[in-house]
Amino acid sequence: MIRLMRFVIVSAGLILLWHLLVVLTDLPPFILPGPMRVATALFGNIELISQHALVTIAEVLLGLGLGSLLGAMTAIGLAISPLARTMLRPMMVISQALPVFALAPLLTLWLGYGLWPKVIMALLIIYFPVTSAFFDGLMATPRGMLDLARVMNAQPWRIMTHIRIPAGLPGLASGLRLAAVYAPIGAIIGEWVGASQGLGYLMLLANGRAKTDLMFAALIVIVIITLSLHASVERLCRVLARRMQFDG
Amino acid sequence: MTGLHLEGTASIDGTTVFDGVALPVVAGRWTCLLGRSGVGKSTIMRLIAGLADHVRFTGRIDGDDGQQLDQRITLMAQQDSLLPWLNTIDNVLLGARLRGQQLDRDRASQLIDQVGLGAHLHKKPHALSGGQRQRVALARTLMEDRPLVLLDEPFSALDARVRAEMQELAAEQLAGRTVLLVTHDPGEAARLGDNIHVMTGTGLITVEPPSTPVIRAYDDAEVLACQGRLLRLLREAS
Repeated sequence: MIRLMRFVIVSAGLILLWHLLVVLTDLPPFILPGPMRVATALFGNIELISQHALVTIAEVLLGLGLGSLLGAMTAIGLAISPLARTMLRPMMVISQALPVFALAPLLTLWLGYGLWPKVIMALLIIYFPVTSAFFDGLMATPRGMLDLARVMNAQPWRIMTHIRIPAGLPGLASGLRLAAVYAPIGAIIGEWVGASQGLGYLMLLANGRAKTDLMFAALIVIVIITLSLHASVERLCRVLARRMQFDG
Repeated sequence: MTGLHLEGTASIDGTTVFDGVALPVVAGRWTCLLGRSGVGKSTIMRLIAGLADHVRFTGRIDGDDGQQLDQRITLMAQQDSLLPWLNTIDNVLLGARLRGQQLDRDRASQLIDQVGLGAHLHKKPHALSGGQRQRVALARTLMEDRPLVLLDEPFSALDARVRAEMQELAAEQLAGRTVLLVTHDPGEAARLGDNIHVMTGTGLITVEPPSTPVIRAYDDAEVLACQGRLLRLLREAS
């Protein structure tokens, strides 16, 4: 409740500041539209905006789901196999040196204007943080637990499923929190490069027609989507953490 | 019943940890290995448990019957290593679960009863005190039902009262098994040891234990005298 209050107060403060800036500088609306104008554009085009928003949400969720799955599986693979670690880790670091943004045009070229290039952008952008955070979690299993398992003559894959993965879940959770914020960035970049739907596409379209208020409206919706996604993931992680350790 | 014998030399990265040590662990008895920190007690423990991957060991470790020790050992250490996401009974059942065996819940709850935690069957470790957690670890050790029990300073993180209780409980519950207890507490060795060895930089010194059977009263005159002898040896050795 207090968090919500704080959120409302901060948002109201920012909107007020924005309004003052527009009034004081007297900038033309196509440069900086005021909050009222943007609100009018938002509610006036609500159908158009939600239609595009649904596309973006689908891309983000698919990218987030697939990227997390792939990242988690890679982390487990790396944790199991020292060979995979020596082979794959340098490659993963190199892949991070490659600006993902620069891949967007290629993906569009290869996969067309549809949903998948955006999904893959979102996936690529979250893959490394998820893999890396979960891998660190998997490698940080307390030694006492592993010693115990060995003396108990545990089957190696059961050590993974019963001890290392559960013990590494906090790592995965911190990766997922980052991913929830990054995934929409990937999808929007994908839409900028080539799309016929989605909020990124709508922003470009509005920009081209000097409908700055509509651009702002789309931007605000993107922020709302990202914040909700982050809050949902955060909540999910907290519920899971509580169920794992702190009930009973 | 199985005893075991360790004899040999160990080094880690070219640095000798111990040289020419011969440690008999008598079947069905408590053998206490006493020594200050860093003298190699834990290395001995890890060698016997098969956990000393990074140690170069030349010599032999084998059971009295000449059989492999693997699958006949269980370990209880200073950290309880309970899995925080499992409740008491599931922690006690961990070994069976890790081996993919049938889970004997009846026996697990019976053992939990025996260590005095019958009312805490479904609590998770965070809801238990340090002493209660070590009781769960003891029940988990008993659940493994193995003839050789390695105790690696299992009571040293507990306060004096709880430690005394745990020593008594462990002595009672582990009676009849072959126990190797590594400790740096002379009082603990004097209370619990059927055989007592002090590990020093130059080798093992065998000390005559009090003549009474374990577990001994901590204020027994012989126990106090033995404790004094052990402390003196520890101090002279360093």
